Amino acid sequence: MADPVIEVRDLVRKFGSRTVLNGVSFTVEKGDTLIIMGGSGCGKSTLLRHIIGAMRPTSGSIKIFGREITDMPQRELEQLRLRFGMNFQFGALLQSLTVGENVALPLIENSRVDPGIVELIVKMKLELVGLTGFENLKPAEISGGMRKRVGLARAVALDPELLFSDEPTSGLDPIMTAVIDQLTLDLTRKLHMTAVVVTHDMTSAFRIGTKMIVLGAGRRAGQIIASGNPDDVRNSPDPEVQQFIRGEPDGPVPLKLAPEDYIDRLLGHERDKGVNY
Amino acid sequence: MTFAGELRNYLVLNARILYWLFVGPFRGKPVRLSAVFQQMVRIGVQAFPMTALTALSIGLTIAMQGAEELSRMGAAAYVPDLVSMTILRELGPLLVGVVVIGRSGSAVTAELGTMKVGEEIEALEVMAINPIRYLVLPRFLAMLVMLPVLTVFGNYIGLAGGWTICHFTMDMNTASYVQRVLEAGQPMDLFSGIIKSFVFAWLIITIACQSGLEVTGGAEGVGQATTSSVVTSILAMLVANAMLTAAFYFK
Repeated sequence: MADPVIEVRDLVRKFGSRTVLNGVSFTVEKGDTLIIMGGSGCGKSTLLRHIIGAMRPTSGSIKIFGREITDMPQRELEQLRLRFGMNFQFGALLQSLTVGENVALPLIENSRVDPGIVELIVKMKLELVGLTGFENLKPAEISGGMRKRVGLARAVALDPELLFSDEPTSGLDPIMTAVIDQLTLDLTRKLHMTAVVVTHDMTSAFRIGTKMIVLGAGRRAGQIIASGNPDDVRNSPDPEVQQFIRGEPDGPVPLKLAPEDYIDRLLGHERDKGVNY
Repeated sequence: MTFAGELRNYLVLNARILYWLFVGPFRGKPVRLSAVFQQMVRIGVQAFPMTALTALSIGLTIAMQGAEELSRMGAAAYVPDLVSMTILRELGPLLVGVVVIGRSGSAVTAELGTMKVGEEIEALEVMAINPIRYLVLPRFLAMLVMLPVLTVFGNYIGLAGGWTICHFTMDMNTASYVQRVLEAGQPMDLFSGIIKSFVFAWLIITIACQSGLEVTGGAEGVGQATTSSVVTSILAMLVANAMLTAAFYFK
């Protein structure tokens, strides 16, 4: 069998004394849609940044298309990046260019396509995300959700083999969410693109995911607490995973604390037994 | 960050600019000429009115001060010499530099800083578009062309400012003003000024880009970077100016 598209082994990343990723390992095969889930601030975006080579890990290995990227020189990394598209959380469009020029950017800079064809491809890609006719507006003139969809159009402009999406559907209305999910499904199921999607949206996660990992919070911060296909995760015995999937305010990830715990947290240390407050 | 660290990053940026200028085109990544012209308009052409006003006022003031002092010694005829030497050698390049730092250098820092904060630079990197080639190089070339050009224009306008005073308050006729200016100002004076402005252009744009690309911490960070870019550029320019003057005139 061919190499997995992404193979992450024992990835550790520390910022100072804080461990953000702690021994993360997983593989993604061609045509898979991997969903990365976890509470806010649990390291999902950091994980994604490591996979695209924007950050270097403290230790561990990341292989993309079978090649180790953690110590890869910048120029080779650039070559590798031609094979993937990234959809940023807030679109990350160039504010000085129009919507159309943003989508055309990777085509103009990284391919030898005729300008007439570029225009056609831009129209097609914008059509895919439901934004026909917005080519000549500036990113500042459209809404956040629209910017995000332009970001997706730009990410798939060069028909990448691997698509990364950072919360592609947050802030979109239910219909648009379904459209974007359907688009991801079409790209992965029909064109065998591989996708890695970070999302909080459970409906969308179970609709498009073929594989999932859940990152933990609190004591298990930066560790994978559940992984496998959607059914494995749905039926995970881990109470934290269940709390996350059902969206309950209280559970292993506490919102309300017992008075003792509250005092501990405020004072920032474990209370000595026998000392009266 | 420590000073040594910043200096190292600054030198790395310079090396990268030179790489994309001289090596990049042979690897199929040519300089984006259309962007260079766009930046020349923004950095140079749009700075022209302010440069002109500054140069005119400097020419006027030098001539007025000179007329006052020199005529007391009966040397009023040397006012054109004074104007020509000071403007060509020192004040022309220096003041045009200050105007361009305030107007264009700060704008470059703020723009790149905002792009850094808005993940735009990261997005470029992920799209395999090198930000040095795509963003920094056009600004660098535009500045390198436009600052000397603005300086030459500034020199002319400053000399015209001097002429106004000599002509209208000192009864010097235009022909003799022009003659005295040409006699006093040697070609070397003009060239030394242009070489200076070339060095200033390099310092201004690399410092501006460096400060912009290193922004962290949102809108506040962009503000701080812009301030530090302006302050650093002015200091660097003054130091370079003193060194170049020493090199040109005290061999």
